Amino acid sequence: MGGYIGRRVIGSIPVLLGITALVFMILHIIPGDPAQIMLFGSNATPDQIQALRRELGLERPLLVQYADFLWRLLHADLGMSFSSQRRVADEIAIQFPATAALAAVTMIVATVIGLIAGALGAVYRNTWVDAAARIFSILGVAMPSFWLSVLLILIFAVHLRWLPALAEGGIRGLILPAVSLGWGFSAILTRLCRTNMIEVLAQPYITTARAKGLRQTSVVVRHALRNALIPAVTLMGLQIGTLLSGAVVVESIFGRQGIGALAVRAILSKDFPMVQGVVLVVALTYVVVNLATDLAYAALDPRIHYA
Amino acid sequence: MREGVVVGAHSARVPGPGLGRPAARAVRQFLLNRSAVAGAIALSLVLGVAVLGPMLAPYNPVRVRVSERLRPPGTQHWLGTDQFGRDILSRILVGARPTVAAPMLAIAIGAVIGTALGTAAGYAGGAADAVLMRLTEILQAFPGILLALIVITILGTGLLNVMIAVGISLVPVYARLVRSVMLAVREREYVLAARAIGCSPAGMLARHMLPNVWTQVAVLSTTALGWAIIAGATLNFLGFGIRPPTPEWGADLNVGREYLNAAWWTSTAPGVAIVFVILAIHFVGDGLTEALDPALRGQDAGGSGG
Repeated sequence: MGGYIGRRVIGSIPVLLGITALVFMILHIIPGDPAQIMLFGSNATPDQIQALRRELGLERPLLVQYADFLWRLLHADLGMSFSSQRRVADEIAIQFPATAALAAVTMIVATVIGLIAGALGAVYRNTWVDAAARIFSILGVAMPSFWLSVLLILIFAVHLRWLPALAEGGIRGLILPAVSLGWGFSAILTRLCRTNMIEVLAQPYITTARAKGLRQTSVVVRHALRNALIPAVTLMGLQIGTLLSGAVVVESIFGRQGIGALAVRAILSKDFPMVQGVVLVVALTYVVVNLATDLAYAALDPRIHYA
Repeated sequence: MREGVVVGAHSARVPGPGLGRPAARAVRQFLLNRSAVAGAIALSLVLGVAVLGPMLAPYNPVRVRVSERLRPPGTQHWLGTDQFGRDILSRILVGARPTVAAPMLAIAIGAVIGTALGTAAGYAGGAADAVLMRLTEILQAFPGILLALIVITILGTGLLNVMIAVGISLVPVYARLVRSVMLAVREREYVLAARAIGCSPAGMLARHMLPNVWTQVAVLSTTALGWAIIAGATLNFLGFGIRPPTPEWGADLNVGREYLNAAWWTSTAPGVAIVFVILAIHFVGDGLTEALDPALRGQDAGGSGG
């Protein structure tokens, strides 16, 4: 197991390097010179632009600049924001917890709903319960999160006045954003869980459990659901990326803090170092979570052995 | 929408006399699936609107009439009017083109570049394959619309750039699918036989290998179209795409939400329109997958997700 972990960690290094290279290149692929872009609108003289070029080290070969970029990255230095003139790393550090909280609550809500709906669909297969679970899942896939957000605000904030439409502290303000972000995810999970449960429920050990006289709930929860859970773990890992990029939409709509909303502001105001920083953080999170998922998968399923 | 799904639908079939048989059977299978047929009809309807929209619209979708602002749905304006007094039905009809038809450009970009890369990787194998696959792995570390956001950062905003961005983020998905089909096909007897009788690489690709790819690419394109429409509408919603006052469902939904208190219909109409299209595509996609994949036949319809 230890060797497996080591190999997986080393194996992800090329991908991590590739991600940083791509993010580094953003600033160099944009039409125009980075120094000129930075001084845009400030009536800088060609001399000033030249001075800034030298200061930023833009004269050096690209590879040296990339090495420098990596070196600064290792020191959590992502450069300065064009618009706020503060350190990009600091701003991201301020905004990240809000997004992490949203992602965590979304994940929990979506997993619980997805597992329950999937299990119910499998146990009451081909009844109205199954049909309802299927409609729930199809709608979840077809509803773009921005429309779902607006709809939920319209129903629960504007008409019923149960929940706040805009971000406020505490868990109440998290409910609508988490549901907007999580429905699609729980829909996929519902399908997956239903299929797995149907398969597991047909296994001999379930028949054995029933023959022992165990109650239905006990058979379903203790014997079937636990085995159907394993594939769900993989799915959760894959979805964390979609979740983080979905935060771009949901945070903007609900006026929440977070790196998603930060990304939208940065792109619209052409704050390139900020875009680089946010994109890098999301991609790195995605890779790390996926790696952790793979390892968790190996730990959860005793049949999987890695030499 | 990652690797998953894949391989060998077309090639696993027993080759009947002539090409017509399996195709005819797939069509029959598709037509027997009621939700798929309903989806196909709904989708053709929307595509018809995308083509003819400007001719069908009862009003000029961009003409401002302050006296008519925020009228609820009624006989004069079936879907009501927005905050500028513009007819929402007209905006939906005209907005179908940028919302539903423009993503086809994204699909074309993703499919052409992705298929070319996937074919090259799967056919050449070895180092070229390893490099290309690593590259797609890196690109796929930018999940959801994140890759599209990077492209927009570089190219700038606008509807065309949004579609290019969505197309580029589809490239790795197509490349991986096509590569896996190519790898599966490469070792088949008929391909080995073709190589043995001295078939040229180009001939082998065109006659024996690529035909296996097209069905898979077609099925993926259906799912991808749904994704591209959502991604495009999302980016337009966020303000990266189309400029006002041009109608587009995502952008209109965004403008409408400022008036949710007074007028629920402004955002609801484009929202329902988007869900309608996505549902139609979803059912067509499920139907296609079932009809074209013999392995799925007989199982209960669940689709492959994504």
